[in-house]
Amino acid sequence: MGEKVLLRHEEVPGIDRLEVYVADGGYTAARTALREKTPAEIVEMVRVSGLRGRGGAGFPTGVKWGFLPKDSPKPRYLCVNADESEPGTFKDRQIIEFNPHLLLEGTLISAYAIQAHVAYVYIRGEFARGAAILERALREAYAAGHFGRNIYGTGYDLEVYIHRGAGAYICGEETGLIESLEGKRAYPRVKPPFPATVGVFGCPTIVNNVETLACVPLIVGRGPEWFRAIGPEKCPGPKLYCLSGHVQRPGVYEAPMGISLRELVYGEAFGGGIPGGKKLKGVIPGGSSVPVLLPEEIDVPMDFDSVAQAGSLLGSCGIIVMDEDTCMVDALRVIARFYHHESCGQCTPCREGTGWLERVLEHLEFGGARPDEVDLLLRIADNMMGNTICLLADAAAMPTRSFVTKFRSEFEEHVRLDGCPKRLAHAEG
Amino acid sequence: MPKVEIDGRQVEVEEGLNVIQAAERLGIEIPHYCYHPGLSIAGNCRMCLVEIDKVPKLQIACNTRVSEGLVVRTQTERVRRARQAVLEFLLVNHPIDCPVCDQAGECKLQDYYMDYDLEPSRVPLEEKVHKGKALDIGPLVMLDQERCILCTRCVRFCDEVTKTGELGLFERGDHVTIDLFPGRRLDNPYSGNVVDICPVGALTSKDFRFRARVWYLQRTPSVCPTCATGCNIDIHHLRGRIYRFRPRYNPDVNTWWMCDEGRLGYRAYQGEQRILEPFRRDAESVLRCDWETVLAEVPRLLREGAEAVVFARATNEEAYLLREIFGKLLGGGNLHGVSWSPENASRDDFLRDADKNPNTRGLAALGVLVPVEALRRALLEGRRDVLFVFGGDLEPVLGPEGLRELRRKTRVLVAADFRGHATLAQADWALPVASFAETDGTFTNRGGRVQRIREAFPPPGNARPGWWVLARIAERLGSPKRFATAEEVFAELAAAEPAFSGMSYATVGERGCPLAAVDR
Ligand SMILES: Cc1cc2nc3c(=O)[nH]c(=O)nc-3n(C[C@H](O)[C@H](O)[C@H](O)COP(=O)(O)O)c2cc1C
Ligand code: SF4
Ligand code: SF4
Ligand code: SF4
Ligand code: FES
Repeated sequence: MGEKVLLRHEEVPGIDRLEVYVADGGYTAARTALREKTPAEIVEMVRVSGLRGRGGAGFPTGVKWGFLPKDSPKPRYLCVNADESEPGTFKDRQIIEFNPHLLLEGTLISAYAIQAHVAYVYIRGEFARGAAILERALREAYAAGHFGRNIYGTGYDLEVYIHRGAGAYICGEETGLIESLEGKRAYPRVKPPFPATVGVFGCPTIVNNVETLACVPLIVGRGPEWFRAIGPEKCPGPKLYCLSGHVQRPGVYEAPMGISLRELVYGEAFGGGIPGGKKLKGVIPGGSSVPVLLPEEIDVPMDFDSVAQAGSLLGSCGIIVMDEDTCMVDALRVIARFYHHESCGQCTPCREGTGWLERVLEHLEFGGARPDEVDLLLRIADNMMGNTICLLADAAAMPTRSFVTKFRSEFEEHVRLDGCPKRLAHAEG
Repeated sequence: MPKVEIDGRQVEVEEGLNVIQAAERLGIEIPHYCYHPGLSIAGNCRMCLVEIDKVPKLQIACNTRVSEGLVVRTQTERVRRARQAVLEFLLVNHPIDCPVCDQAGECKLQDYYMDYDLEPSRVPLEEKVHKGKALDIGPLVMLDQERCILCTRCVRFCDEVTKTGELGLFERGDHVTIDLFPGRRLDNPYSGNVVDICPVGALTSKDFRFRARVWYLQRTPSVCPTCATGCNIDIHHLRGRIYRFRPRYNPDVNTWWMCDEGRLGYRAYQGEQRILEPFRRDAESVLRCDWETVLAEVPRLLREGAEAVVFARATNEEAYLLREIFGKLLGGGNLHGVSWSPENASRDDFLRDADKNPNTRGLAALGVLVPVEALRRALLEGRRDVLFVFGGDLEPVLGPEGLRELRRKTRVLVAADFRGHATLAQADWALPVASFAETDGTFTNRGGRVQRIREAFPPPGNARPGWWVLARIAERLGSPKRFATAEEVFAELAAAEPAFSGMSYATVGERGCPLAAVDR
């Protein structure tokens, strides 16, 4: 396994402190960018690097930056999406807590590239520790002249504000984030217009994920070609993978894009297989909102295109491993419960559908389900998919469809037995 | 202007319209809840999903602007299924209390369910999310949170139109609830509008609820008579009784809204205090009489040297006939037009005008308006033989003492109005005329827009439309005109008055017609 760039702290202890970060070469990329490159050149470097957003959708970052209107007189804003709330996902937190200057340097270069003079780091409300670390790092960096007025004597100004989130998953959806930042309920906005034209305070805005921005100093420092050379051509770069569930060694791992899912679950350098020598039942590759993969489907390379081809999504790389003892009905119930709780309630299919899914899954798990309720789950999911303001409805519908289709007999068994066989066995035993 | 195709039909529409509006032009209804043309786009109900050519996902019509070559399909199987799905979702937690709901008959949930769904309920009642019912949230409005479909029209109205922000959304997911912010009441002067725009029975009118099933009510387009703004309304009535006023869209006057004062103004036109017969008073008693007697006696009295007052509550037609009678037929008698409003009258920079008369501009345009002070002076100066007071009460204008003094100085007082008051009570001749809801005519609003009012139902008892009474008096005074309708009076007025030139009831239509600029 090669050098670690995102999880640099594993190789350079104390890198969360400015002097260590700088001694390791930190902020040289920022200096180079601001002193020697035009904003347009940076945008071009990021475009050429092939960097795709790490927030979930995998949209090419350089292309997104190019959507900013050229002729708007309004100020531009950069929002750092540090709301990381998708179940199974805990990679951004790693960067924030252990390598905060990498994120800040990425923020600086990116803000410069898009010509923003204000950047907001919207950090998940529950990340109290991360917020404190980031605040401290930011103070250090301000004091050393990396932020504020006339940075590096270039005349470029940037103010960075750390904004603690409002404690809801939906605050991570980019337009929900913007509403929340403006002091309102995090109701995702109807699109168009998109944030690039109408974002924070009605001004052009770019929202990027923490890991996405953390890649930017690497691209500028080591060159887009270096970045491009890592992983698959259409989806290059270093990547963080979150392993949780039934694996020997859960945690965050850095590996190139395109490493195989099987390697991540079973590889000795990664998950190390399933505890107790149990068999694998399924893996969710990209956070709780994506379709589950069967054991025979996990040879897939972990990049946006390959995982999509395999019928799931790379999403946030939140890999959730489930062993043979997992009740798939109950697992889905827990997922549905999450989305029911987190639906902002704005649009009809999601507001009513998420609650309805959970209710039906409760019938299946605890008893009282009618035979047609297995199909009802599919129907509810179908009716939610693609018909809402944001993708939270899809996030609830996609796992539902895949769980029910791939483990249908288990759902039918729950109907037949009027409840979960495991719970029933437990009650009898 | 972009050309678009909807369900295979082409239409050219203005830039900036959305697909719901464009479809309307073709007579195609795209069902919707959250969209309201007077509010910002929320896009939350998802009822308006349609297919757009080359776009893989269904799109909401309310947030899709027309553009050249846009191709829309609203009747496909996919669209039909999406609508059905939205309705099914809306009913998941709906309390299904339609039989006791006052919205029945004008509920978009019921209507669309009949049009697009018709599936039986799949959720047992005991599993539904329960919320507050029959909550008293303001002087005019009751809230049922369970019936609410969370379209946020009411919230947007209070945020965007009145900018008072009383209402908000609380909780998340299917627990989301519309409610007042803590410590607030929905008591802004336009609060009643939220009842109109609520597509379901979640917001109901305290004033109207449980008083009538809406499908029995008849509607007559009219104009609010409560102030000079002249908001366009529909009168909802049944068997000679008004049940409510509803604002009627007029982009040049009130758009979609009306004020609460005007909304409740209908109460002044109900049965109470109506006089149903002409009366004449002699030395010792008040006697009921008939119109033959009135029309025989009153013109004869007027010839003895008459003066008249017309209130700015009279229609243009009535004011015109009075001007004919007192200006021409009686050879230059005195006609004073008066527009009186209480001193502390409500007003704001939106709709409400401190002038509480619907036709001040009309009297001015006809050249009969005098300042209130001048009227007081004129009335209290000397003695007179006959005073004819039309369409209002002089007591608030002169004060009780002033009215008594006027009475002492006036040998014969003739008063015509639709309801009883101090002036009428002291009159020698009291003539019952139709209320604004019982007559055809026009008012000219503060902006100089001539607008029609219509006879929603005939006047009660023996009351007659004011224009009819005046036209008959004019005949007896020798006028050659034989007006059979208010429309004929208006045609004559329009021919005589440059400011009204070219107008007719047809051109005034539903939206009114601005006065021509003429110096007076
Ligand atoms: C319901 C929902 C929740 C989301 N939560 C997050 C989040 O916590 N963090 C994040 O970076 N992106 C999240 N996203 C994706 C963002 O909307 C957005 O696409 C992303 O921040 C863009 O950054 P990127 O281009 O760098 O990937 C979420 C999206 C949805 C629909
Ligand atoms: S899809 Fe769900 S979370 Fe997204 S806007 Fe609609 S209700 Fe809110
Ligand atoms: S109360 Fe009526 S208008 Fe307000 S959100 Fe609910 S359904 Fe819409
Ligand atoms: S603003 Fe005037 S005209 Fe309009 S509803 Fe109110 S009282 Fe009537
Ligand atoms: S009317 Fe378009 S989403 Fe509600």
